[in-house]
Amino acid sequence: MRLYGIELGSRLLLGTAGYPSPATLIGAIEAAGVEVVTASVRRESSGARAGEGFWSLIRNLGLRVLPNTAGCHSVKEAVTTAHLAREIFATPWIKLEVIGEADTLQPDVFALVEAARILTAEGFQVFPYTTEDLIVAEKLLDAGCGVLMPWGAPIGTGRGLNNVYALRTLRAHFPEVPLIIDAGIGVPSHAALAMELGFDAVLTNTAVAQAGDPVRMAAALAKAVEAGYSAFRANPMQPRDMAVPSTPVLGKAFLG
Amino acid sequence: MKILVNGASHEIAAPTLEAALLELGFRDRIVATAVNGEFVAVQRRSGRELSDGDRVEILAPMQGG
Repeated sequence: MRLYGIELGSRLLLGTAGYPSPATLIGAIEAAGVEVVTASVRRESSGARAGEGFWSLIRNLGLRVLPNTAGCHSVKEAVTTAHLAREIFATPWIKLEVIGEADTLQPDVFALVEAARILTAEGFQVFPYTTEDLIVAEKLLDAGCGVLMPWGAPIGTGRGLNNVYALRTLRAHFPEVPLIIDAGIGVPSHAALAMELGFDAVLTNTAVAQAGDPVRMAAALAKAVEAGYSAFRANPMQPRDMAVPSTPVLGKAFLG
Repeated sequence: MKILVNGASHEIAAPTLEAALLELGFRDRIVATAVNGEFVAVQRRSGRELSDGDRVEILAPMQGG
């Protein structure tokens, strides 16, 4: 998988928030074999060094960081946060989130497109967190995005892929664009389905962090992503309504 | 002068953002800064003068999804 010219072996991207402990986070990262993790920028007090501890942990693992603009509700807020993140993490990558509604954390796709246009013009490589909307996807690509990250379901819900039809349509319309399902994954079967539909990768956080055993769940998700991707490449059979015998009928003994 | 640092009121003597970071205990720390909602890059901190009532944000790497 190639994202903005970077070749990646793992098709699972992992969020780093909400784990019971840093050791559990490291265990999950290693169990899943992920190469890309998401991160954010938040207020730091002079006394606490929580941020630096986290950052050194990530750097020691040799991971590529995808900083986000989580929690931003306006173009200006998201663009400024992207600048802050670029300086801290020293990467042009930005997971662009512009939230439009508090209950669903649904992206404000109009602001998203505007922010994406500004940031790509400034040299950012934007990973927009978007909906499954086809027209929005086209606008984001027009704005210079080289990757799209449609949601499966609202962030943190674990409901899987809410609109398989639209996601399938999105995949069909943009066969060459890296498409990553971001948000909504709850269990490995959701991730496997995303990959079977032909998506390039899956990004998840809560499914791992909130599992009773995050390390085990991370490993399970990685296997599901790999299985789903292999299944897609194997060109699955088409479902049909009527039964078809798998054992040949020809040559069956006449015993009636 | 009195400024807001990450939402909390602080009385500082430092005239610039760079000096304020030192005064507030952020020497050699990995942080990014904004003043009144505008990003201030590290190389511009020494030239960014502060005024009474300025809102300074000091941000660090953090876990995220």
